[in-house]
Amino acid sequence: MSTSAETARRSGGRLAALRQWIDDRFPMTKMWKEHAAEYYAPKNFNFWYYFGSLALVVLVLQIVTGIFLTMNYKPSAADAFSSVEYIMRDVEWGWLIRYLHSTGASAFFIVVYLHMFRALLYGSYQKPRELLWIFGFLIYLCLMAEAFFGYLLPWGNMSYWGAQVIVSLFGAIPWIGTSLVEWIRGDYYISDVTLNRFFALHVVALPLALIFLVVAHILALHEVGSNNPDGIEIKKVKGPDGLPLDGIPFHPYYTVKDTVGVGVFLIVFCLIVFFAPEMGGYFLEHANFDPANPLQTPEHIAPVWYFTPFYAILRAVPNKLAGVGLMGAAVVLLAFVPWLDRGKVRSIRYRGPIFKAFLIAFAISFVALGWLGLQPATPGYTNAARVFGIAYFAFFLLMPWYTRIDRTRQPPDRVTYHAH
Amino acid sequence: MSNQVDTGRRQFLTVATIATGAVGAAFAAVPFLASWKPSARAKALGAPVEVDISKVDPGAMIKVEWRGKAVYIVHRTPQMLTQLEGMAPKLRDPDSKQSEQPDFARNPARALKPEYLVLVGVCTHLGCAPLDRFTPGDVTVSSDWPGGFFCPCHGSKFDLSGRVFKDVPAPTNLSVPPYRFLSDSRLLIGAETGNA
Repeated sequence: MSTSAETARRSGGRLAALRQWIDDRFPMTKMWKEHAAEYYAPKNFNFWYYFGSLALVVLVLQIVTGIFLTMNYKPSAADAFSSVEYIMRDVEWGWLIRYLHSTGASAFFIVVYLHMFRALLYGSYQKPRELLWIFGFLIYLCLMAEAFFGYLLPWGNMSYWGAQVIVSLFGAIPWIGTSLVEWIRGDYYISDVTLNRFFALHVVALPLALIFLVVAHILALHEVGSNNPDGIEIKKVKGPDGLPLDGIPFHPYYTVKDTVGVGVFLIVFCLIVFFAPEMGGYFLEHANFDPANPLQTPEHIAPVWYFTPFYAILRAVPNKLAGVGLMGAAVVLLAFVPWLDRGKVRSIRYRGPIFKAFLIAFAISFVALGWLGLQPATPGYTNAARVFGIAYFAFFLLMPWYTRIDRTRQPPDRVTYHAH
Repeated sequence: MSNQVDTGRRQFLTVATIATGAVGAAFAAVPFLASWKPSARAKALGAPVEVDISKVDPGAMIKVEWRGKAVYIVHRTPQMLTQLEGMAPKLRDPDSKQSEQPDFARNPARALKPEYLVLVGVCTHLGCAPLDRFTPGDVTVSSDWPGGFFCPCHGSKFDLSGRVFKDVPAPTNLSVPPYRFLSDSRLLIGAETGNA
């Protein structure tokens, strides 16, 4: 052991010796090479490929701002609301840390939804990337739970009633519903007890699960290699050195590209944080500036925008249990996409018109349901939600059929790439 | 003594070890899962409450808090009680078969004494608080509104006994909590027997 460190010092100086000393005890250089310097990614990544690294940036942002928020936040029914106001008014830069965290939550979902849509566009979930997709799906579930638990913490009236509505969804389950809801709340209503345990889940349990899943997601990605806009395997065409001809090392090529993406993202993000942190009630709902009041429902309960597509589906069904079931199905169906898709090609570039039509209808439905979920439940809107809900489910349930009969084109052997 | 590995024995020991470990893990999980149930303090705070109803005028409603939920107490007028008649065809559960109430309230008035209606003010759809819209034809609900409760969240409608109308999202009638009259003017909410 000491001999290799010795050799390194003689040839490369003290820093090289230190690196060798570490490498003899921990696979530092090996990991750097595997995951950055010698991880070969397709050279034809486009705009859609920014959102994975951006999601990682937002995760770090949420963890750092979250840690600093816990230093002043008090997770009790008596103090929660006023401790958030204290952070906003009295803590030095507290408003910034809190707005970064609350805007970060919405940014997280924007980035993740675009990241998921990218996978649908280019078939990034197809064999052999099923497990990569499943890890991503679990990350999305964790993220939704994290957002839900976090939304109760300010203890505003919308926090309170949002939690009340979502927790009572479990009451729809036959037989065990009522006692399950009591078990989740730890009380006969959403109380101090509930707030305290949601806090524990939000700041300890789920972040741990989230970090574990993100590591698994990246390990799975680096095991199978990245897909690309052409949806072809770059490993099939290798040069004499055994490296894919269409691959370039992640570092420095994509670290540089992603840095530009992060820069643009942060400009937009900061504009929102500084000039429109409430985003007109979409990122921080107005009713949440009143403290929680168990005896007073807000005029109109709507979840934050990122849950509204599913909320619109829930409301569109006149039967409670069926509504809850369909809402759950709308989320869970995503996990099955790798097995629902029977297409012979991955990328939208080589798919036929039927897939394109279904994907467009799906994207429109998702946005339309999201908008409808924010509106009051009038009969007209409810019927519209039913139409878009059917389109949403058709995308998944008919997928085995339309992907098989669709007329696809033969993808090229090498990726489409124009030097610039 | 043979050098051969007894794979059958090895497999049995592996399975036995895993099974024992799994049972141990299941038992170890019990205290953690059970710690989520309402604590002794939460149970104590959920005890019955006593209410003075002598000052509730006919046609008026008061709200009292029990277990963090609003309990509505309505002093119904004779007109309000006659309105309940003939409502059944429009209702999903007119006889309160699917709904939650003490046995004494499984009647059209859904009450111990018809003039006093006691309801949990939590919509059976998703737990919002229904609003009192007792005036027939109240335009904030609809012009043919017979009078009752209206949930602003998802549009569920209930009659003056808290019975749910057809074609609304709420599946069952508003719940009636356990209660009893301690005297003509004192009501105990949360128990059918005993005192506060």
